[in-house]
Amino acid sequence: MSLLSVKNLSVILATNDGPARAVRNLNFRLNRGETLGIVGESGCGKSMAALALMGLLPERSETEGEITLDGENLLEKSDAEMCRIRGNRLAMIFQEPMTSLNPVHTVGNQIMEPLQLHRNMSDSDARAETLRLLDRVGIPNPKARIDNYPHQLSGGQRQRVMIAIALSCQPDILIADEPTTALDVTIQDQILELIQTLVREEGMSLILISHDLGVISENTDNILVMYGGAAVEMGSTAQIFDELIHPYTQGLFAAMPKLGRARARRLVTIPGTVPDLISLPAGCTFTDRCPLATDICRNTVPPNVEVKAKHFVACHHLDEARHRKTEELFS
Amino acid sequence: MTAFLLICAAISLFWTPGSAYDITITNRFLPPSADHWLGTDQFGRDIASMLMTGTQNSIVVAVVAVSIGLFIGVSLGLLAAAKRGWTEEIIMRFSDFSFAFPAILSAIMLTAILGPGGVNSILAIGLYNIPVFARLTRGSANSIWAREFVMAARASGKGRFRITFEHILPNVLSLIIVQATILFAIAILAEAALSYLGLGTQPPEPSWGRMLNEAQTLMFLDPMQAIYPGLAIAIAVFGLNLLGDGLRDVLDPRLSRKR
Amino acid sequence: MSVFIAKRVLTLLATLIGASIVIFLVMEILPGDPALVILGVDASDEAVRALTIELGLDRPPLERYWDWMTGILTGELGNSYAYKVPVWELVEGALLITIPLALMSITLSIVLALSIGLYAAANHNKAGDITLMGISQLGISVPNFWLAILLIILFAIELRWLPAGGFPGWKEGFWVCLKALLLPSLALATVVGAILARITRSSVLEVFREDYVRTARAKGLSQQATLWRHVLRNALIPVLTVTGIQFSALLTGTVVVENVFHIPGLGSLVLKAINNRDTIVVENVVLLLATMIIVVNFVVDILYAVIDPRLKAHDI
Repeated sequence: MSLLSVKNLSVILATNDGPARAVRNLNFRLNRGETLGIVGESGCGKSMAALALMGLLPERSETEGEITLDGENLLEKSDAEMCRIRGNRLAMIFQEPMTSLNPVHTVGNQIMEPLQLHRNMSDSDARAETLRLLDRVGIPNPKARIDNYPHQLSGGQRQRVMIAIALSCQPDILIADEPTTALDVTIQDQILELIQTLVREEGMSLILISHDLGVISENTDNILVMYGGAAVEMGSTAQIFDELIHPYTQGLFAAMPKLGRARARRLVTIPGTVPDLISLPAGCTFTDRCPLATDICRNTVPPNVEVKAKHFVACHHLDEARHRKTEELFS
Repeated sequence: MTAFLLICAAISLFWTPGSAYDITITNRFLPPSADHWLGTDQFGRDIASMLMTGTQNSIVVAVVAVSIGLFIGVSLGLLAAAKRGWTEEIIMRFSDFSFAFPAILSAIMLTAILGPGGVNSILAIGLYNIPVFARLTRGSANSIWAREFVMAARASGKGRFRITFEHILPNVLSLIIVQATILFAIAILAEAALSYLGLGTQPPEPSWGRMLNEAQTLMFLDPMQAIYPGLAIAIAVFGLNLLGDGLRDVLDPRLSRKR
Repeated sequence: MSVFIAKRVLTLLATLIGASIVIFLVMEILPGDPALVILGVDASDEAVRALTIELGLDRPPLERYWDWMTGILTGELGNSYAYKVPVWELVEGALLITIPLALMSITLSIVLALSIGLYAAANHNKAGDITLMGISQLGISVPNFWLAILLIILFAIELRWLPAGGFPGWKEGFWVCLKALLLPSLALATVVGAILARITRSSVLEVFREDYVRTARAKGLSQQATLWRHVLRNALIPVLTVTGIQFSALLTGTVVVENVFHIPGLGSLVLKAINNRDTIVVENVVLLLATMIIVVNFVVDILYAVIDPRLKAHDI
């Protein structure tokens, strides 16, 4: 049995302009120690899916489907029960280290909080553990830093503190939502490497969310590509990079800058803009921007076809997508 | 609601159900009737008429006081933003400790020297309004001075004062209007408090504050008399506050979304 | 921290001196001869001159200002023109009533504001929230002295639970005095409390949207625990600002409300002094009230730094 399995997860947000389906019928599994990358443009529902896992969706939202952690459906749990899981078995790192820490408490107190909440540690034990954690996430001179306030730390250090908070109770699953997007490029790699190392050493599972296919491909075993709230392609990293199938995945890949490739070719862009979740077609969400789209795409949800073992693609025009080169699709 | 009050005041200029000044002792403490909508007071004056005339009085005091604050305060604020340097420094230091002198405190000082009267209360409330407007105007004017279109105007060789009138003033105006509505409400409250204390409008001129003062001595006899004038003040202020909120929503969509 | 406090104390002193100069200028230099005010317009020139010399008003302004300031520091404020007793004696008795009244009102308004504001925020857009905010909108619009009259009508005249006014004096016992101050402070606290409640609500709602609140929830803290440990302290910052601003409204409110209840505090004293043309008492009471406002704002400044560590960093 998988550690985490998500079945037909849908999230509907109530907005002023009507209900928006932020996540549509999402399905995936995650085994212990496995890493999964969720990739897609901003607004594709990847963050909403993560918040749904944590049970932290905004108030005006509805969730359907099943999220099963160790055989227990999280969607059926009360908030009090979820409080015992959050920060303890499921932990999350957010995109904005600048605003994700409370400015009026020391970083030490903020790391100690989950330890005292879930582990019932005494003040002195929690403080000792916090010092160890600060050292673990690579913050120099933990003894001096533990009593600092967030504004006294740099962005990278704050993200390390966030990681220490997430790590504190040795969770089963770590969800990292764009953990490096807000950081300087030079620091991004350090933070990703830190997450990698910690996940491996602690035997945690990781869900890494990013808009950057490059970041995902270097850091995860499996990839889930999302567009407009729906999963369009899913498989192991190796399989997907072996054969990019869905037109959207091909577009994402083509838009990725690659080292070593000369400037001769311009970076490809996918025409159109990020879709408005409210007015998406009922069928395939990518219809409006897809070069292969036909009438069937707009009105019928594409079947999720297992192209190879555990490599799933949701597209009506599978054969055409597989036989056309990326350069022909987006030029 | 504000419109209703304005109409009341306007009508009372020409006509009131009875006379607000005539003292008819035989008509003391009459209950509400067709002739006297809200009854009469201890001197037989018609309460409804007094209220309506009182509206006039409140509006005059508030308009004049807010105008004093508006003109002087906004000019000072614009000047501070246009000149910067020591001019700004002096103006802002002054408005910094003026917070220690709310309207009633300055009115107390003024009446101690000049004697009580409506003019003094107007002056005191107006004085209190000056730094409020000055600070607000300077703050938003400074932020507009930093904007690109002002840079463009300066680059084209326009003088500071021309820019102030052509670009700065129109852009800070909406904020000033909203603030003026709120201060209008505060001025009505302050005027009522001052005339209640006997420091503001003097008899026989009817004013809401004075009516309350007189009604208080008769609380045991006729509590309703103490209710009406206060209600009038509350309605006026309530209406103005709502108007202020509404104007803010209309004039400054950014602010309303934040709330 | 000490640099921060030292800086604030300097500002405090400068503001106090500035305020005293303004009061001095208005009360003693502005046209209007105190001697003439005291004696009335039809007094003879000689009598006016004699009184002017008696009061020491013929001396240069700078000297008189200096005397006033040193007098304040030594408690020698001169004699009341009307009662011929030291000003300090009059002021002392009044202060012992006004300060407790002001403290009681501000405490009451903060308690009211926090409980209503938090309740409304927790029940955002539900019936309770909407009702409370409607009531608070009304509360803001009501003049405090009218509310005072209404409270007297209700609690003193109709229900006869509490005294309609007057103050028995602290000798008569603590509880009797507290009872006498209850209605006045309620009248004052309702208006200020209504304003603060609205600020508290919107501030709490705003902080609840912050990223660090999501972090706290992601740690496994319950909604309640998040509110107490992460939201409240941040939400208090704007509430504190407005409390500082509203304190001046509250203090001038005591001047008015004391007169409604016939409580012999600073407000009653200053009004009597105006009617008696006792300018020296007015001058000192106004300075005292201004000082209280300035000091409260100083305390608010210090509290900021206690609540928000970022401020200290900026100033040092």
